[in-house]
Amino acid sequence: MSKEKHVLTMLVDNQPGVLSRVANLFTGRGYNIESLCVAPTIDPAISRITLVTRADLPALEQIEKQLRKLVNVIKLRDLTGKEAVKRELALICVRAKPEMRAEILRIVDIFRCKVVDVGLEHYIIEVSGNEDKLTALIQLLKPMGIKKIARTGVVALFREPN
Amino acid sequence: MKLTGAQALMRVLKDEGVDTIFGFPGGAVIDIYDELVKTKIKHVLVRHEQGAVHAADGYARAKGKVGVCLVTSGPGATNTVTGIASAYMDSIPLVVFSGQVPTHLIGNDAFQEVDIVGITMPCTKHNYLVKKPEDLPRIVKEAFYLAQSGRPGPVLIDIPKDVSNTAFEYTPPKAVKLKSYNPTYKPNMKQLKKVMQLVKEAQRPVIFAGGGVILSKASKELTQFARKMQIPVTTSLMGLGAFPGSDPLWLGMIGMHGTYRANMSTGACDLLLAVGVRFDDRVTGKTDAFAAQAKIVHIDIDPTSIRKNIPVSIPIVGDCKTSLESLNRLIIDAKLKKPTRARAPWIKQIQEWRDTRPLAYEQTDTIKPQYVVEKLYELTKGKAIITTEVGQNQMWAAQYYHFDQPNHFITSGGLGCMGFGLPAAIGAQMAQPKSLVVDIAGDGSIQMNIQEMATAMQYGLPVKVVILNNRYLGMVRQWQELFYDKRYACTNMECAPDFVKLAEAYGAVGLRATKPDEVEKVLKKGLNSKRMVVMDFVVAPEECVYPMVPAGAPITEMLLV
Repeated sequence: MSKEKHVLTMLVDNQPGVLSRVANLFTGRGYNIESLCVAPTIDPAISRITLVTRADLPALEQIEKQLRKLVNVIKLRDLTGKEAVKRELALICVRAKPEMRAEILRIVDIFRCKVVDVGLEHYIIEVSGNEDKLTALIQLLKPMGIKKIARTGVVALFREPN
Repeated sequence: MKLTGAQALMRVLKDEGVDTIFGFPGGAVIDIYDELVKTKIKHVLVRHEQGAVHAADGYARAKGKVGVCLVTSGPGATNTVTGIASAYMDSIPLVVFSGQVPTHLIGNDAFQEVDIVGITMPCTKHNYLVKKPEDLPRIVKEAFYLAQSGRPGPVLIDIPKDVSNTAFEYTPPKAVKLKSYNPTYKPNMKQLKKVMQLVKEAQRPVIFAGGGVILSKASKELTQFARKMQIPVTTSLMGLGAFPGSDPLWLGMIGMHGTYRANMSTGACDLLLAVGVRFDDRVTGKTDAFAAQAKIVHIDIDPTSIRKNIPVSIPIVGDCKTSLESLNRLIIDAKLKKPTRARAPWIKQIQEWRDTRPLAYEQTDTIKPQYVVEKLYELTKGKAIITTEVGQNQMWAAQYYHFDQPNHFITSGGLGCMGFGLPAAIGAQMAQPKSLVVDIAGDGSIQMNIQEMATAMQYGLPVKVVILNNRYLGMVRQWQELFYDKRYACTNMECAPDFVKLAEAYGAVGLRATKPDEVEKVLKKGLNSKRMVVMDFVVAPEECVYPMVPAGAPITEMLLV
């Protein structure tokens, strides 16, 4: 069976150690975490963790059940393939030699992202959007030379039906 | 009212009905001990913290209540990890209190500081670090609730020294309500009705019960169900005693060292009703060959156990007792009759398997370990509480001692922790002071927690220890004999203490048998003594446990005597 990417979103008690419990579960049982994003929700006692894992369906069923079993996990949902808004933010530090600067700014304009830092030899570009947009931008910037990149990993919310 | 953390702890322990604590003091818990001795709680001072946890484990299994331990910080806490891991694997309700350095020193590499919460995260059901005394009452009440609800398990609470000795305004904790934890007890009735339909249609049904039935206190309901529908029953190691071993429907234990008829029945059945089990690899052998001809029904309170190793036709999340009660009621409502005639051919086949390949061993002029267990069963009339160590001694105990009631077989199943038996016997004796408690041990295992002999003597616990002494690390030697051309790499424990002299050094009675005709005499003398007794049986050195399913083979393919 093939391993596919799954986006899981969960509400957890906002308590010290909860993130550690979730992460430990993955390493302890040999599952992988591709990306992980966590922050408090409007209720300060509850945080949301958005996690991307790569697994086949039987393994995914176990992962979800094991996560639900954790005392601090309140609710869990698999957003893969569902009606959900999925976004990611990245800061990309790209090499900007004089002859390439105009081209880079044109790309930034086309992708409707922002330059947030300028230097003699570099730009830092801030981009947010869905995964395809980020991938496309990174592909275009690669030939210029990407010096550093910081990604948040996916955050997602279920699109509630009317 | 103003109470210190330690005083508040005593209040909550009293409210939770704790009557016994197994522990070992130290600097970080000295304030707690100061308050403990003012209460009516019995404290059992062990000689190693691992002994405290195994004793609390034995107590919990023998009494059907939460076992409680108290240890100090640093090495005291790390010494509990093995015991906690064993309780976690076997789903035993424990609450372990560990001391911790004062809150302002945490993370400072202080004296006797260890991140026990981090260390035990993967092997506890849940754990807590108490940061302020105000949190302590709620946390303790929550811990007891978590330990015994849903799928039970060990819970650890780390209490910094300043939390125990700082006063705060105490209010009794409210009833526990966790929005993130809601185990499902009531099974789905539609699914249960489907199960009854399958039971009615099945020609060759088998019930496979496990530790979950005992934890759920459901052995009466299980026995009723099996007898009403005339379904043969097998159990895992953890389930021994859930169904009476003297009942004609009893198949014996299933799995790697299970009986021939239990494994063959599972291979040939057309319906397998699995209740309170987790399909461990010792039970299933090759998973895709397990119960290959059967529709499988799996009832368990823990959803993670369902469909983890074995695909099932009807999964049911629910408590064993509630589920079996509902099934029994469905039988009454449908006015189903005992299908004695329909079941006769299946029962006949099972009898054939039993008669052609019974458990057997050869009697020679050296003592056979199986003979010792058989005699023990006979002389105790099958009514003793038996704890075991791990390995061959454990398997022979499971095969040759037949249990008619639950909570009488106490063994480290999932973790397989040598050194479990003696402290567990101490815990069981504390839980059941009027019962005869016997630890069946090997010479290797008994030395791992031998220091607990002093604990037993200090509290006048007349535990009996039966050592099957073959001077080898028996089970590993067996594997080396069968699969490694008898290359006994580092399994010969040629140097061992004189167990009789060792027993006497502790103030207990020491007895030895070296010939088969001495066995009954020694057992009778030992079992009838009112004191702690160690019985050293010098047994045949190269005896193997049979049947044996080689690792990775289907359970229907056993090596036989």
